[in-house]
Amino acid sequence: MPSSPTGSGTAPRVDLPHPAPAWSAARASQAHAGPHAAEIERIAAQVEAGERITPAQALVLHDHADLALLGQLADTLRQRKHPAPRVTYIVDRNLNPTNVCITDCGFCAFYRRPKAEGAYTLSREEIDAKLDELAALDGRQVLMQGGHHPYIQSDWWCELLAHMRAKYPDINPHALSAPEIDHFSRLEKRPVEDVIRDLAAAGLGSVPGAGAEILVERVRKIIAPKKTSTERWLAVHRKVHEAGLRSSATMMFGHVETAAERIEHLERVRALQDETGGFTAFACWTMQPEGVPEEALYPAKATPGVYLRVQALARIYLDNVENIQTSYVTQGLKMAQVTLRYGCNDFGGTMMEENVVSAAGCFNLSSIERIERAIERAGFQPLRRNSWYGIVDARLAGHEAPRNREEAATHKAVAGGLAT
Amino acid sequence: MSLVAPAPRQDERVRLLARRAKLEDIAEKVLAHERLSHDDGLRLYKADLHAVGALANHVRERLHGDLAYFNVNQHVNYTNICNKLCRFCAFQRLPGQAGAYWMTPEEAAAKVTAQLGEPVTEVHMVAGIHPKLEYSYYLELLRAVKRARPSIHVKAFTMVELDQIAKKAKKPLEQVLPELVAAGLGSVPGGGAEIFAERVHKESYHLKISGEQWLEIARKVHKAGLKSNCTMLHGHIETLEERVDHLERLRHLQDETHGFQTYIPLSFHPENSEMSHVPGPTALDELREIALGRLMLDNIPHIKAYWILMDIPIAQLALSYGADDVDGTVVEEKIYHEAGATTPQKVQRAELIRWIEDAGRVPVERDTLYNVVWSSDESLARTGEHAPVGR
Repeated sequence: MPSSPTGSGTAPRVDLPHPAPAWSAARASQAHAGPHAAEIERIAAQVEAGERITPAQALVLHDHADLALLGQLADTLRQRKHPAPRVTYIVDRNLNPTNVCITDCGFCAFYRRPKAEGAYTLSREEIDAKLDELAALDGRQVLMQGGHHPYIQSDWWCELLAHMRAKYPDINPHALSAPEIDHFSRLEKRPVEDVIRDLAAAGLGSVPGAGAEILVERVRKIIAPKKTSTERWLAVHRKVHEAGLRSSATMMFGHVETAAERIEHLERVRALQDETGGFTAFACWTMQPEGVPEEALYPAKATPGVYLRVQALARIYLDNVENIQTSYVTQGLKMAQVTLRYGCNDFGGTMMEENVVSAAGCFNLSSIERIERAIERAGFQPLRRNSWYGIVDARLAGHEAPRNREEAATHKAVAGGLAT
Repeated sequence: MSLVAPAPRQDERVRLLARRAKLEDIAEKVLAHERLSHDDGLRLYKADLHAVGALANHVRERLHGDLAYFNVNQHVNYTNICNKLCRFCAFQRLPGQAGAYWMTPEEAAAKVTAQLGEPVTEVHMVAGIHPKLEYSYYLELLRAVKRARPSIHVKAFTMVELDQIAKKAKKPLEQVLPELVAAGLGSVPGGGAEIFAERVHKESYHLKISGEQWLEIARKVHKAGLKSNCTMLHGHIETLEERVDHLERLRHLQDETHGFQTYIPLSFHPENSEMSHVPGPTALDELREIALGRLMLDNIPHIKAYWILMDIPIAQLALSYGADDVDGTVVEEKIYHEAGATTPQKVQRAELIRWIEDAGRVPVERDTLYNVVWSSDESLARTGEHAPVGR
């Protein structure tokens, strides 16, 4: 009986493979010759007319449309939202202050249990050394996420954020996923909005969309039973938006979720965006099963065709999200070039150091030059942006707003800007 | 044969995309099965990729439905010694240069023997032009490989190598070819075509046979009853006009011989070549090249997205842009595996099947001559029969 590599003694793990969904791609020719052809064409016409599609229609596209049609539709929508042939990216780095985590997600190769070999928490000096390197490259953002450390609370983060705000005013702390913020709220036994208020006052500039995985409870119970629930993830982002901060949304797919659950995830994101308007961007990627604790329980890595299908569908479905990011870290630069014609308009960050995904056996890291060239050669002008998707690039005369979090806080969840 | 004919509705979407891309007239030709002109080819190189892809996909589905072919094969590059000094090549070594090698027929055959436990149906055997290898070497190479595995299909010797072999034999190629066949040659690969235009020949591969000579040798190969593939090396110094010209010359010869089975666009990889300053094609360029091949080469049955060269994601996607073949497993000889164990070939074969299925296509294992070895849908392609091609 193989023991769970992460077992901490509460609920015993079941070592049976996670139930993989029985989804398979429909035959491509059937998209225009099969029984769904007429319906697919109606939905396509609706999308091209600029109308929103329903979850049921999204499922028809997901299951029966051919990849090329999804690409055509997503590309059309991308061009409408971003008529200029530009693709943005941000000079940033990942900084994971700690890898200590008590959430035990079996798909994560990055975390360590407290006191386990390789567990670390960075000192202020180590953090500053990394930020110095980023500042030297004119970096605009540091993506800071860690584990759910049992002792590190929001005051530790507030001190770090305040320090960064003072010492590195040009580097925005894009930090703390919704599950981490929720973790503080529980550790500190106080409402999540109080935690967010303190973090924002200390200097938190925006919140990444990590930890969303699939926003469906059936799925979360299997892959991340100890992590923040769907409702809590959405609630934290709502509070983040109400506090005047912007955040992004993500999706990690290609594991145990069904097609309908992928759509449900997109629907939850779109509904919250209708409510708050606070999401700047959406990014999705496929789970990278190599080397993760529960590798044996997961299905094989989803193929690029599946990634492209879902990524294009995300652009089509999320009609209220401006920016869709490609995932060159998981898909490679060549595939990323293709995604620029399948709905994506942003390359994400330069990720000078990507511990979480690269720990899972994915080493497609790229220098700034390689990203620039890949974008250019795909037929677009590469431009640098900040965390709020304002352009900060000498190649574009003047700066395109928003320049900072205060200017970015004009969405409908807040009235009158950041309330600090 | 029950290939599903595309419904009129797809015609309408193809027309719609073509209209937006100002390709209405080309779309009408494609829908009416008419041949495209040189100018049409040039316009397709410059038009919106989605529209070009949809046109090519229309032809692909008319010919092959959802069928997508692969085979289980291995490569043997019997020497990297070459005196042709092509500027786009990173494989060549001069005699005596570090890293230069050549295999005796026995050494080449050992690579085939090493995979006897694997369900390999083809060995793809190409190499540099080693000036010292005699005619008898080539004959013995074929015989040794066939002795090692009599059932294997030997696809060997590009037109460039065949030219060299005939010179070494001091006989016309027409006489050499039957002797090669008797020794075990089954068909001829498509490499060495590069770009036929004389300007490109002079500038980048002038020591090698010209485009005219390549086509003449291909003609003789086909007249000898052998099938071959054909290629185009794109993304170096050639112009779009020269690419269209290349495709037209292939189409012209095919009208005469019908000997080409498959067209394979080869992406130039600049790394370590004399042309490392050239950026090489992007993924989007590669998809367009597949589509152009499908649209221009109306008389060549198959278009191959060679996954080793394009990368898996792009080859998978190419199945929606005109390609109906992804090449083979190409697993190199490793260690002998017991039958029944999970072997590298079986793993790679399963991977190919998964990529094809995720692209919405129907995987079919073929042999070199497109006889069906295994079919995931017997109602569309029957094991033991020739691959069905629609009209």
